[in-house]
Amino acid sequence: MKTFGESNFPGRLIAVEGLDGSGKSTQIYLLKRWLEAEGVRVYFSEWNSSELVKSATSKGKKRELLSPTTFSLIHATDFADRYERHLLPLLRAGYVVLCDRYIFTAFGRDTVRGCPPAWVRGIYDFAALPDLTFFFKADLEVSLKRILDGRPKLKFFEAGMDLRLSADPYESFRIFQGRILEQYLAMSTEFNFNIIDANQRVEVQQGIVRQLVSQRIDLSRFKRRRPLPPPPAKLRPKIVELEDEPVE
Amino acid sequence: MKKKKNNNHIIVPQPGPKKFYGQGIPGIKPEELVGSLIVVEGADGSGRSTQIARLVDWLETCGHATVQVGLKRSTLVSEELERAQEGNILSRTTLSLFYATDFADQLENIILPALKAGFIVLADRYIYTLMARDMARGMDEAWLRNVYGIAPVPDAVFYLSVEAEELVQRNLSKNATLDYWESGMDLGLSRDMFDSFLQYQTSMQNAFRQLQKTYGFNIVDGNRSVDAVTQELRKKITAVLAAK
Repeated sequence: MKTFGESNFPGRLIAVEGLDGSGKSTQIYLLKRWLEAEGVRVYFSEWNSSELVKSATSKGKKRELLSPTTFSLIHATDFADRYERHLLPLLRAGYVVLCDRYIFTAFGRDTVRGCPPAWVRGIYDFAALPDLTFFFKADLEVSLKRILDGRPKLKFFEAGMDLRLSADPYESFRIFQGRILEQYLAMSTEFNFNIIDANQRVEVQQGIVRQLVSQRIDLSRFKRRRPLPPPPAKLRPKIVELEDEPVE
Repeated sequence: MKKKKNNNHIIVPQPGPKKFYGQGIPGIKPEELVGSLIVVEGADGSGRSTQIARLVDWLETCGHATVQVGLKRSTLVSEELERAQEGNILSRTTLSLFYATDFADQLENIILPALKAGFIVLADRYIYTLMARDMARGMDEAWLRNVYGIAPVPDAVFYLSVEAEELVQRNLSKNATLDYWESGMDLGLSRDMFDSFLQYQTSMQNAFRQLQKTYGFNIVDGNRSVDAVTQELRKKITAVLAAK
């Protein structure tokens, strides 16, 4: 498997991986803000599944119809849809694309569910590897606490209840997340993860992330020739108080 | 072995040991699969459905319990697949994996339980059609082989081979129109549906021939009469069920 850069794509892909509650989404958001401010053509992929795939996936989840194999395949379908419809055009057009989770999420999750690792990797073989992957490594207890302190209603598959690890969804989630963490660590060398200690302060982590990005990707190649014109008035966000840069 | 011929005598099938093409399905042991899996492949108009209906009739009369499966019949995704086809909105890897999901759902919920219970499962198309379609669209055979490593190796696979020109005649006399997908219109081979149908069915036949090298199925001449094809299938299935 090759990266997008090695496959001669004009664009570059940066992925973040980590457990729920590791703070990876915050970090990729801050990375996006910085790249935008630098004038880089950046796109944050929000993983909008197409209607059809979403419909099948949510039916499967709601009715608990999914086995490890169909869980894996339907998520691969969803990924392929996003990849072909969404990521490839952006990477062909020369964008820096940021992904909150990539194929490694599937590798870890499906392997924990008992799918043969070689089979899962073979399925995702159509996708190029990220040019840069950050793995946010927080202590298991810290991640769990962030998620579980609010006593959220955990969904069946999210909690790994299909694995029959425990009848208690919270306990099941703990064991499940612990196993996923093991899988992440096991593949970190193979896939060149840049491991970020997610127990550090947000700013410290972001500093490391930005430094690595600027070292590894020649950002000047991805800058817009001229700043984008402001959007038409009717499309401008009405609330500006939350923006962290003062207006004017 | 009973020597006496008796109309009530029912042959208990002795199929060979099962295996999967690849690593199979987590938690399923091949030796539990004591039933038989018989696959009939072929294009629309090759006489597949007719032959399967006749085989079911015959097998049940002989005392065997049967189950039928086909493509695009899963609870999980069949509805969405139908809609995806109507709109032709999914790209090729996505559609391919969507079909694989449909197959896996039926495999786990119908085929494997029936094989465990000792049924004869008749599959109206199997992984080979799915693979041939994708190969006709330029997808990698090795990638497809990995995806379908979940599939059990059938006890027998029959490919009803019918000339593309004959398929056109049969499809037109049945439906008065050619099907968009069976004509491979998504490939843009020709704006003319008739031309596209002939070209596409020819490339499907090439893909099947390519797959035949790996999977070694029986090619049955489907240009003959319905009865002649049934006779050949019965004879071959009888041999399969009687032990190999």
